[in-house]
Amino acid sequence: MLADKDRIFTNIYGLQDLSLKGAMSRGLWDGTKKILELGPEAICDVVKKAGLRGRGGGGFSTGLKWTFMPKEVKDRPHYLVVNADESEPGTCKDRDIMRNDPHHLIEGCLIASFAMRAHTCYIYIRGEFVRERERLQAAIDECYEAGLLGKNNVHGWDFDLFVHHGAGAYICGEETALLESFEGKKGQPRMKPPFPANMGIYGCPTTVNNVESIAVVPTIMRRGAEWFASIGRPNNTGTKLFCISGHVNTPCTVEEALGVPLREVIEKYAGGVRGGWDNLLAVIPGGASCPMLPKSSCDELLMDFDSVKAANSMLGTCAVIVMDKSTDLVRVISRLAFFFKHESCGQCTPCREGVGWMWRVMKRLETGNALPEEIDQLLEVTKQIEGHTICLFGDAAAWPIQGLIRHFRPELERRIAAYSKLAAE
Amino acid sequence: MSIRRLAPPDIQPASFEFKLENMARAEKEIAKYPPGRQASAVISLLWIGQEQQGWVTHPMIEAVGVRLDMAFIRVLEVATFYTMFNLAPVGKYHLQVCTTPPCMLRGSDDVVAACQKHIAHDPFVVSQDGMLSWTEVECLGACVNAPMLQVGSDFYEDLDGPLTEKLIDAFRKDQPLKAGPQTGRFSSEAAGGATALTDPILYAKKPEPA
Repeated sequence: MLADKDRIFTNIYGLQDLSLKGAMSRGLWDGTKKILELGPEAICDVVKKAGLRGRGGGGFSTGLKWTFMPKEVKDRPHYLVVNADESEPGTCKDRDIMRNDPHHLIEGCLIASFAMRAHTCYIYIRGEFVRERERLQAAIDECYEAGLLGKNNVHGWDFDLFVHHGAGAYICGEETALLESFEGKKGQPRMKPPFPANMGIYGCPTTVNNVESIAVVPTIMRRGAEWFASIGRPNNTGTKLFCISGHVNTPCTVEEALGVPLREVIEKYAGGVRGGWDNLLAVIPGGASCPMLPKSSCDELLMDFDSVKAANSMLGTCAVIVMDKSTDLVRVISRLAFFFKHESCGQCTPCREGVGWMWRVMKRLETGNALPEEIDQLLEVTKQIEGHTICLFGDAAAWPIQGLIRHFRPELERRIAAYSKLAAE
Repeated sequence: MSIRRLAPPDIQPASFEFKLENMARAEKEIAKYPPGRQASAVISLLWIGQEQQGWVTHPMIEAVGVRLDMAFIRVLEVATFYTMFNLAPVGKYHLQVCTTPPCMLRGSDDVVAACQKHIAHDPFVVSQDGMLSWTEVECLGACVNAPMLQVGSDFYEDLDGPLTEKLIDAFRKDQPLKAGPQTGRFSSEAAGGATALTDPILYAKKPEPA
């Protein structure tokens, strides 16, 4: 179990002083100037050495991503855009960072922007988070007043930080859709290449990082890459915020080491599965788009990128959705299919048409009003969508259904048989 | 994707103008972006407009287009793409109930049932007194406080059927209850007391440097 002293977000529940002074008393904004004096390359190196992998679901090395930015600023300014469009069902970690511990993020924005030679950073926050936006803005205003941000600030790196908001579109969490939306368009993903590090917002070099990836950077810089790398497992280092929701006794957000056993997280922090561990039916380990895992895969599961992948799912954002034996799994996946149908941006045909098709079949499977061969047909359609769209949304919509069929096919067959039996009578 | 159209012409108002204080807010938003990139502020401006008017109207879209030097169709695209923009009038308190799986698993059906019983059977139907309407929405990102709903800027969390009825009752009287968890929980910590960050050493007063 991670000791409290090794947790990065010490005010994640908002129980302590929210002000800049309070944040400073918890160690933030301490020696930031010294950190910047290391220089951009050294900062990227520390983050790389710490083994920080992107916390938004992709799991790509954050330090490496930063080095994709041009080494010199020429005629086009550099930008950092922080992805705070947290909308994946099950995920609510960035919300707590922004409303309760925003100075981690703000200081991180300064350090990361400096490492990428950017003088401007935008935080793209989802429209629904109005109170979170207000809290974050208040914290930023405080930093401006204290001379920590802005032109001629105490750190010697001119830096402006702005909050930009959306208005309700899951797809804007996709890197390039976010950039489109930022420019004032519909949030429809772009073709890559060109990659954002070359052509991002306004055609300028841009890096998009998740809130949590940026917010852990100041602590890594202060405590050292070795400290961060010593937590977790090889190639899966550091701490991570877990959101434990669904059928547990006390749902909560908690920071733990990567590689912690799933069962331990659920039982230590979230009061255990409702009705005990043996009442567990399945878990969605990383947010809506990750395929579900049956109890047998969960018993020994370690929560890190590589272990969850080996179990045929994904760590995603560590948004653990727990489902006990009372759950109607088909309805859960059918509801998720509706979510993806609702949120598809409509740009690529396989996704736009396919997600609606999948939802309509899932809806019929809820009652069993289908033919047995339609299960295979559905699986075939998920494969037709997966990998055939501009962005990963199509894949994300296909995976939950594939997970259901992979692990709970007999349940689907049972429903179909029961329905046709009833119809025949 | 969802098909969204503007409200029919017969209920569209004749004109739209930002109030003075809202225009100042809008200008502040526009100033966040480099010169010539004012289109980035389109969502903010429509948002401010919606706060002023209650919903997004045809003349509002025109006015925003003029201010940002954007073609009407570009602003229309944005207004219809982003689902937080209400394209027709809603109740003074518009309850947006999350029904995505994390909320569904913890009983959002009961929340929806309470809305259907006490507001209107169908979403977006405004109650007689104009105070209330409701709709189902996709994940609002407060999953460890499920089930929950959003009204205006606020989240009401940790709900169940009876608590939702209490909420609706208070909205109808125009006396909203305090936002946040409705069960005495503070935020996203485990109910009954945080299960992490309990070591008092974390928050001990450090001696002032001499």
